[in-house]
Amino acid sequence: MTDTVLEYKSVKPEEVKEWYKAAEVDAFPENAGAAIEYKGLQIAVYNFTRRSEWFASQNLCPHKKQMILSRGMLGTEGEEPKVACPFHKKTFSLQSGKNLNGDECDLATYPVKIEDGYVYVGFSH
Amino acid sequence: MEKIIVIGNGMVGYKFCEKLRAKADKNKFEITVFGEEPHPAYDRVHLSEYFTNPSVENLEMAPRSWYEENDIELISGEMINQIDRVNKTVTSHKGTTLSYDKLILATGSSAFVPPINGVEKEGVFVYRTIEDLDAIIDYSKKTKKAAVLGGGLLGLEAAKAMIDLKQETHVIEFAPRLMPRQLDEAGSNALITKMEDLGLTIHLNKNTKNISGEEKMTGMEFQDDSELDVEMLVISAGIKPRDELATACGLAVGPRGGIVVNDLLQTDDTNIFAIGECALHKNMIYGLVAPGYEMADVVVNQLIGDNDKAFESYDMSTKLKLIGVDVASFGNAICENEAHKPIVFEDKHAGIYKRINISEDGQRLLGGILVGEAEAYNMLLQVTLNGMALPPQPEDLILGSRGGEEAKMELPDTAQICSCENVTKGDISQAIIDNEYEDLADVKACTKAGTGCGACNPIVKDIFNDQWAKMGKTVKNVICEHFDYTRQELLDIIKIKKIQDYNQLLDEYGKGDGCETCRPAVASILASTWNEMILEKGKDAIQDTNDKYLANIQKGGSYSVVPRIPGGEITPDKLIVIGEVAKKYDLYTKITGGQRIDLFGAQVHQLPDIWEELINAGFESGHAYGKSLRTVKSCVGSTWCRYGLHDSVSFAIEVEERYRGLRSPHKLKSAVSGCRRECAEAQSKDFGIIATEEGWNLYVCGNGGSNPQHALLLAGDIDSETCLKYIDRFLMFYIRTAEPLNRTSTWLNKLEGGIDYLKEVIVEDSLGIGEELEREMDFMINTYKCEWKEVVNNPELRKRFTHFVNTSIPDPTMKFEEMRGQKKPVEWGA
Repeated sequence: MTDTVLEYKSVKPEEVKEWYKAAEVDAFPENAGAAIEYKGLQIAVYNFTRRSEWFASQNLCPHKKQMILSRGMLGTEGEEPKVACPFHKKTFSLQSGKNLNGDECDLATYPVKIEDGYVYVGFSH
Repeated sequence: MEKIIVIGNGMVGYKFCEKLRAKADKNKFEITVFGEEPHPAYDRVHLSEYFTNPSVENLEMAPRSWYEENDIELISGEMINQIDRVNKTVTSHKGTTLSYDKLILATGSSAFVPPINGVEKEGVFVYRTIEDLDAIIDYSKKTKKAAVLGGGLLGLEAAKAMIDLKQETHVIEFAPRLMPRQLDEAGSNALITKMEDLGLTIHLNKNTKNISGEEKMTGMEFQDDSELDVEMLVISAGIKPRDELATACGLAVGPRGGIVVNDLLQTDDTNIFAIGECALHKNMIYGLVAPGYEMADVVVNQLIGDNDKAFESYDMSTKLKLIGVDVASFGNAICENEAHKPIVFEDKHAGIYKRINISEDGQRLLGGILVGEAEAYNMLLQVTLNGMALPPQPEDLILGSRGGEEAKMELPDTAQICSCENVTKGDISQAIIDNEYEDLADVKACTKAGTGCGACNPIVKDIFNDQWAKMGKTVKNVICEHFDYTRQELLDIIKIKKIQDYNQLLDEYGKGDGCETCRPAVASILASTWNEMILEKGKDAIQDTNDKYLANIQKGGSYSVVPRIPGGEITPDKLIVIGEVAKKYDLYTKITGGQRIDLFGAQVHQLPDIWEELINAGFESGHAYGKSLRTVKSCVGSTWCRYGLHDSVSFAIEVEERYRGLRSPHKLKSAVSGCRRECAEAQSKDFGIIATEEGWNLYVCGNGGSNPQHALLLAGDIDSETCLKYIDRFLMFYIRTAEPLNRTSTWLNKLEGGIDYLKEVIVEDSLGIGEELEREMDFMINTYKCEWKEVVNNPELRKRFTHFVNTSIPDPTMKFEEMRGQKKPVEWGA
């Protein structure tokens, strides 16, 4: 099991080599995040019901290196959907992974798709 | 492309790079930075924080990736040891040779080590770099008694660090007072009293002649023949400019060190500049970071062809918090050689000393000193720097107003507000006018004011508010960008429109999709209005992280669990159950400051099982996770105590059970004392009750937290029933009208009319809302349910308590280690 920040690299939709079937849509709470395990990686999947959008990022908080982003609170800043880390309320864009508080340390993000009632997360390796 | 080489990657070297990249096109300059330390530039001003949190990253000015993104080549761990001014090249100790067009010397300074016999002995350190700190931390594990040589700014910082390392700490100062450049004797005395309260021993007038011991030091000997046994010594007696490179290539240096520069910060080679602590400008070495930043700015302006600005002498005013004590010194603080009339305020009991120096003609402020209370610093500094006319009673400036309007002075637009980033009042006002910024954060991001050391933040906020007022608008405390309402207005809307759902409120009265500010605020309002289970009907998505899991998230992502122990009274059987649960789930246990027992280290999937066992033994949730009533502390009371007047334990239990689970804008704490000896410390609580001969005294709006404030008497000598009635009204009035995350103390401070007005509303019922408030409280009391129990008995909610949704394994990265026979989470990032 790995927890180093280097293992998490953003995947763009066109780079997806494997769509991992994570779990049924119902397993993910509404307007909140939940973590999945994939080959030793921890990925936070966000079911932003209010926007009818799904997002995924590393579960690892890049600031204190703890696996907790899935428990963060969702929201928006202007038009940008974001998640607030439960530890110190640093907020990150769910689209780009960028730390919206201006500091460095961004999140790796992953594509998500829904098919036949299942949630799939895209990986490139 | 012009080749720029910066030698030195400290704060000033970094700031130079940042400013040059910000002001000029990337293609115009090729930048290479050499740093001899292995880390990228870090914040040396806050070095002592490294002792409580030994993480280099926390102190970094910017990570290595920042240099890459900005096309700056950072070569760290490599020392330049030769400058060839004829061929315009530099060579490092590893043999790297690079050519430059312009060379920036930002080599900083090293610690000045006085020539004392024995300084080479083991156990003697300097306080300068992260490597020095690592060595000090390591050595201190074997020692108990340490000395710091130097009672200046840095020396006292180092002394704080030594206390953090659990050393009996002595400060040795050569001069007859502490911070001799910034303080006079009375100011130093006030500071010494505060420092001694914290456990430091201060030795003044001490000239060290020898450091004793064989290989390891064992003590210090002084000129006056006194001795001090200490096992380690940290030298922090001043700085020595790093000018050896400049000397070697023939640049002029001062007789006592420092690279000589002119007003444009050029050395006597016009292609070479020196900035920061290595530069000697008009016979002055600046040992502060702000003038270094200013120097960086001056050089950047010349490089980009905007060279009209020269470096002028820099004001050395400073404000800092030393071991929790405010100390400030500004302008001509001591006025040794300038005629002046001082005004002094001294409160020896509270450890406060304030002095301002008025010019002989009574027209201007020359400078001053503040110890123990330095709120007026920013204003006084501005008055001094701008030569502003003084009010008719200049003593108001340090005494505060005594009746009538507070002495408030209008600053000129040219007043420099943020000295780290060189931002004037005019810059801030203009940014607000031009962009119509409604948010202070936007103003700061735009102007960079307040983003350096942060000392100017209060004055930036004042300017922001004043500017808005001038533009004819009031700054409304709207909750966030999603609602144009205050918390009080939202509460009224929710109540009158009977809204029970966050999304409905957002659709009808807000915009966007919410955020981490409005969601928990609305969650709190809904809970204090309808008192429904906070995790049902999708409300879990709007709860703050602790409320969402009904437990407190701690380091490592584990949780802690606190069952209610009303009044701190507990039976032996219940104590045994807590012990058994802790043992079964391998939890760390600690008695809290509120007479409860906290169980740490639970994993998210274990929470419902732990609660179930506690509930079966008769416990319920203590709401340690909520912005809600936490504890009602009690003393022993008349049952056992020989002084006790009334049964404080019974009353504390009654009060705690009455208000358990009550959601409010911030956490609430209370206490009941059985006599005026006040063993329960009721006057430091949001509401506190103290027994009198006749009944109870009720105190409100105290705070024992980050800003200690004594509670004020709301009603005296009242019976238990009246006491509860007033508390009902008081709490509901607070819940209705406070802003989010305001404790009762802050709320009262902002309440127009203060405690007198509060008495009118609560005791005299001047608004005629007393009964309504009591009815609302009755509803909250009657609808109370234990939240833990609701989760334990609800399979749907229980399912949410897992780490992963696609596997049942717990978080495999969670790590614990042992300390004092119990477990603890491993340090951040370890």
